[in-house]
Amino acid sequence: MNGKTEILLVDSCYRPDSLSQYEFVHPVQRALERAGSSCQICHYNSVDEECLKGCDKIVLCGTALKDNGYLDHLDKYRWLEEGIKPVLGICAGMQVIASIFGGEIISRSEPAIGLEWIEVIRSSPLLGPSRKIEVFHLHSHDVSLPDTFLSLAGADEAPEAFSHCSLPIWGLLFHPEVRNRWILECFANL
Amino acid sequence: MRLGVLFSGGKDSVYACWRAQEKDTVTCLITLISENPDSYMFHTPNIRFASFQAEAMKIPQLCQPTKGIEEKELEDLRAALAGARDCYGVQGIVTGAIESVYQAARVQRICHALDLWCFNPLWQADQIDYLRTLIKDGFRVIVSGVYAYPFDASWLGAELTEEMVMSLAQMQERYKINPSGEGGEIETFVLDGPLFRKRIEILRASRIYAQYRGQYIIEEMRLAEK
Repeated sequence: MNGKTEILLVDSCYRPDSLSQYEFVHPVQRALERAGSSCQICHYNSVDEECLKGCDKIVLCGTALKDNGYLDHLDKYRWLEEGIKPVLGICAGMQVIASIFGGEIISRSEPAIGLEWIEVIRSSPLLGPSRKIEVFHLHSHDVSLPDTFLSLAGADEAPEAFSHCSLPIWGLLFHPEVRNRWILECFANL
Repeated sequence: MRLGVLFSGGKDSVYACWRAQEKDTVTCLITLISENPDSYMFHTPNIRFASFQAEAMKIPQLCQPTKGIEEKELEDLRAALAGARDCYGVQGIVTGAIESVYQAARVQRICHALDLWCFNPLWQADQIDYLRTLIKDGFRVIVSGVYAYPFDASWLGAELTEEMVMSLAQMQERYKINPSGEGGEIETFVLDGPLFRKRIEILRASRIYAQYRGQYIIEEMRLAEK
């Protein structure tokens, strides 16, 4: 061990090593590595006990707007239920977490695209104190808040960010790798 | 997946095209030819020579003229992407966007409206690392336009080298420019790269420059064997 935090990046894109990986996985990887962590990428199809054991934390990365294949394979993320490692779900990753813990994934009539101000409504180690922050959106599904989760940003009925009440599991509907890399640094150092 | 690449002939679109080709099939290049020199989204110098690059890469090119008026430009972009979908059967669009949320969001919206995938393989890249990678991967890139302080005329036509990347890094530190020029500070033109079957040789060019704005205008070029 070199003493670095080992982070497993789960790639939820339409196929392993896809063109989308440059856009949704590598930027997250660079931000975490700049924060001193070391990262390993694994496609959601091939996450197994060995790679889960070998890491200290897990990030579920997002996908392209039209890439909703992961929604048909939510059973591949059952390992999340164990809740043994800190997990951060980004966009698609938050949707997966919501679904695994009993929430709903809700299709939007129009996708959310671009920068938008959101309200952090509850203070947390990940997002800091309550205030407004500007975030980058790229999603066509919202989530409902699972029973065991608290909303950290946005309204309770349409959370922008949430965390589990007792486990170190977090979700962000927006993309912190765009304009908000401090959140990834914060997760790396939690 | 069959992909169309938004193509200006500058380094970002050429590099994005290369990454796309490595993973999927690029069936056409999509070039918007703006008649407005201050186009919001599509740069202009030497754009007519992008067809030489398309030929050097052996990829068909779809050209869409645009008046370059801000909102009208988006309609022209939409028409171009719809054309790529209908004529070349593309299922997704690739752009060279790095940091520009403005450009990226607009292309995302149009792709969504046309039921196309959207890919940004340079998204959020560290700009200095990316410039070094370009050189290391064998791309030959020249500066075809400068549009900001403190760029002087010596940049025009100069080829991207390790030393130039170092100056750009210093200028980023000191003047807050985007070293890759995405904020419109510089424009580039690619002469060669790993996806080029032939390289481009410039035979004649001229420079115009005044007060930190200038263009390197290619007047004659040819495709040469590699």
